[in-house]
Amino acid sequence: MSGPVTENDTPVLEVTDLAVSFPSEAGTVQAVRGLSYRVGRGEVLGIAGESGSGKSVSSLAVMGLLPPQARITGSIRFQGQQLLGLSDVQLAKIRGRRVAMVFQDPLSALTPVYTVGDQIAEALLVHGKGRISRQAAANRAVELLDLVGIPHAAQRAKAFPHEFSGGMRQRAVIAMAIANDPDLIIADEPTTALDVTVQAQVLEVLKTAQEVTGAGIVIITHDLGVVAGFADRLMVMYAGRAVETGQVAEVYQQPRMPYTLGLLGSLPRLDATEKLPLVPINGQPPSLVDLPEGCPFAPRCPMAVDACLEAEPELSAVDSAGEHHAACVRTAELAATEAAAEEIEGVDASNAAAIEAAVEVFGAEVVQAQARDLAPREQRPTVLRVDELVKHYPLNKGTVFKRRVGTVHAVDGVSFEIREGETLGLVGESGCGKTTTLMEVLGLTPPSGGAIEVLGRDVSTLDKKARRAVRRDMQVVFQDPMASLDPRMPIGDVLAEPMQVHGLDAEHIRKRIPQLLDLVGLRAEHADRYPAEFSGGQRQRIGIARALALEPKLLVLDEPVSALDVSIQAGVINLLDQLKVELGLSYLFVAHDLSVVRHIADRVAVMYLGRIVEIGTVDTVFGNPLHPYTQALLSAIPLPDPVKERQRERIILSGDLPSPADPPSGCRFRTRCFLHTTLPESDRARCVGEQPERVGHGQDHEVACHFARSKQVV
Amino acid sequence: MTVLDNKADQAVAEAPARRPVKRSRLTLRRFLRNRWSVAGLAVLVLLYVLAFSYPLFSPFSYEFHDTNLTYDPPTVTHWFGTDNIGTDMFVATMRGMQKSLTIGLLVGVISTLLSAVVGAAAGFFGGFTDRALMWLVDLLLVLPSFLIISISSPLFKGASWLIFVVLLVLFQWMITARIVRGMTLTLKTREYVSAARFMGQSSWRIIFKHILPNMASLLIVDATINVGSAVLQETGLSYFGFGVQPPDISLGTLIQTGSNSVLTFPWLFYAPAIMLILISLSVAVVGDGLRDALDPSSTKARRRVKRKKEAAA
Repeated sequence: MSGPVTENDTPVLEVTDLAVSFPSEAGTVQAVRGLSYRVGRGEVLGIAGESGSGKSVSSLAVMGLLPPQARITGSIRFQGQQLLGLSDVQLAKIRGRRVAMVFQDPLSALTPVYTVGDQIAEALLVHGKGRISRQAAANRAVELLDLVGIPHAAQRAKAFPHEFSGGMRQRAVIAMAIANDPDLIIADEPTTALDVTVQAQVLEVLKTAQEVTGAGIVIITHDLGVVAGFADRLMVMYAGRAVETGQVAEVYQQPRMPYTLGLLGSLPRLDATEKLPLVPINGQPPSLVDLPEGCPFAPRCPMAVDACLEAEPELSAVDSAGEHHAACVRTAELAATEAAAEEIEGVDASNAAAIEAAVEVFGAEVVQAQARDLAPREQRPTVLRVDELVKHYPLNKGTVFKRRVGTVHAVDGVSFEIREGETLGLVGESGCGKTTTLMEVLGLTPPSGGAIEVLGRDVSTLDKKARRAVRRDMQVVFQDPMASLDPRMPIGDVLAEPMQVHGLDAEHIRKRIPQLLDLVGLRAEHADRYPAEFSGGQRQRIGIARALALEPKLLVLDEPVSALDVSIQAGVINLLDQLKVELGLSYLFVAHDLSVVRHIADRVAVMYLGRIVEIGTVDTVFGNPLHPYTQALLSAIPLPDPVKERQRERIILSGDLPSPADPPSGCRFRTRCFLHTTLPESDRARCVGEQPERVGHGQDHEVACHFARSKQVV
Repeated sequence: MTVLDNKADQAVAEAPARRPVKRSRLTLRRFLRNRWSVAGLAVLVLLYVLAFSYPLFSPFSYEFHDTNLTYDPPTVTHWFGTDNIGTDMFVATMRGMQKSLTIGLLVGVISTLLSAVVGAAAGFFGGFTDRALMWLVDLLLVLPSFLIISISSPLFKGASWLIFVVLLVLFQWMITARIVRGMTLTLKTREYVSAARFMGQSSWRIIFKHILPNMASLLIVDATINVGSAVLQETGLSYFGFGVQPPDISLGTLIQTGSNSVLTFPWLFYAPAIMLILISLSVAVVGDGLRDALDPSSTKARRRVKRKKEAAA
């Protein structure tokens, strides 16, 4: 990777004073307000920000892909050439050849009716009219697929997009982006839709692509971990403007804008040795319709003073080299706080000082899990016991006469138990069976194999009435706060529904609704508002309130924070932590984000292809992972710490999750296992032939691997 | 409970600063923006009111036949002229419109309700219910409705015109039911439906509380369009003598009797025919406007704002 641009270099991309606005029902939305940045040759610029901060809109403006009603002003120069104002035909000559884009959703970025190879060849043919033959383009497509790490590229080039997994599709999209050797690649959340292990692979491919083409890269993301390891420079956006820019390491270590500081503090740390306080940023991003005067972050900023409300601060240099800029009037005070912030135990990061400052500035506190006197684990009653749970789906063929052609082993012998007042985190890649397990538990129907016991009652013995009674004690919070509330019901009705179903009287319900709203940090007068009037974080709070309406003992949480912005996420995690202590709840917490699990869970179970491969207390599993899959999973998670992130050795898993319809024999992980390949022949035969059982390794730590050995990964 | 205090602070900070426009208000606003639809709605309402309140404007009654004044062209006394036995055509047209509009409205609303219930049940319960109901839908779709109604209508001769409504409904609900089924299949997987199921809500309650209200926009538009097509169907059938039977009259029967003398006494034909065209046109533009107003992704209702804004700027 080359260094930063020098003064006399023409940057690949220079955006000056870009402003984009859209007309809407409520008024003109000013999505981007005066954005300026430059990207040099071979430089990687990370743009980070919450949804609605204008990061995607600004890059779409560069590509000329905004809808016609958008108004764009300012200047976008690509290698000195003004792009704004060019016609679509003129832009098409640049797009795809000299500027390429990688989109977030690989599923919709490829046309389903053409083969992957044809689509890549098309990218070559469109721009190389006459200069390249059809055959040459096809050959080049195979080379490109090989370059991005698709095995058997020549065969796979003939496959259709639906035959590719998500990670492979994203590779194909990257192959298409680099096909014409572009000078600039814009990657808009390229890994957000992917699993962590695949994300690590795709980032690796992007790095290769950059090395091969020497292109400048603009990577847009909301994940500060991704940029930490990948970008050279970072630009943080808020409310349509850049609020801080600088070298990655500097921004992470000495953030000079409270928003950046808050973002860093709000991330749960995978590498924390102790439970750290999470910084919630109160409030929500401002509406971009009528922004009040002054700093747009001021209403949420704990450091705001009167000066902040008077005028919007410009980006100004905060270091002597003039590379680090922040838009804040109180950068000096921030530096002082950072120097004076008291040390917090358990922070082990190169930017520890910044995190400590964040905790101090935003006043976060660790929720004391030990506030309630809990008996030792063995003496507490079991809330949920899942024993050798099996769920197989038939794979049918034919429409009139269905015949069974196979079985999907979605869940294949899963056992765990949750004691009172305990949180079990269930983690794994998508397709590993964690959601199926959850649905089986929530369905309360007799499982096709094994047993489920909720609060000591076996679900297979339940009749309709008893099932309803059990439902009262077990409630669920869903992932998507947009989809989990009926848009046509006011919040009061949403909260009343579970109580009505269980026949509580109207008087009780009427009293309970304000209590519930108060419990999750909303106000009683919100009861007559509709879900659309709330932000994502608030809706998730409403979802939690609904789950708590019947005073359950067990809460099943299906990725409750993964759809939320980081700054909001911390608030919801803190709320869950608090509720657990106050109400003595137990959680079954399903997540793919291991940092969140590390923060919130007491015990964790790692699933792979329908089986639990490792289970134990959070500290043992994360601190001393023994199963190679757990190790790979942990090492794939990017740390929001540029120094540590660049020093880490990453285990890149090859390939994708095998199909659960045809799981490998013996150990299911062996096809992707890095340990397996290093074993001697005789040991390997054991992996192939014998399915490993879960064996205890020390207190409360079980691993299903024949050759479990410890490895430092975080 | 000191912990709760700081949460309450947070709530104050997080409260939505300004109450956004309610969905119903927004829909109304967007509907009103479309001038054609507003005009269509106005015409429809006016025709309804007129059809039932004509005695206030006209001194004549439908039973009154002015035998001295047959085939009188439109005049100040007889606005739409008179027919062969001296019936005032204005009054006759209004009477016909009463029946046609009532039948149209009933058929539109009932068939939409029927399709909503059947489609939602098929989609929600799946399995055998789904297959059986969809088989019925397919069966009714392939049957030639016009033929069947015309064959069966003599059987109900002398019976109330409500039987006719039932017949029309029977052949009008199927396509909507299929659409509703499809939408139910997607709504069924929404998390708020799962949430309701996991809290123990019964299936029919879920259908009526969560699924149907969430496709209200589709159903409203559909009911509107159904009213229009039911009016046309009714008129068509009545024209051929299979629909509304004398002594009841509808626009169809009027057009039928008028069509014999369209060249000699054109007002007999044109009075009811123009009313029919007015009704179906109005229904069509109202349906169009409703669809644009209810569909959040529709750009039609939005684009106008921009043009207005630009004009102002």
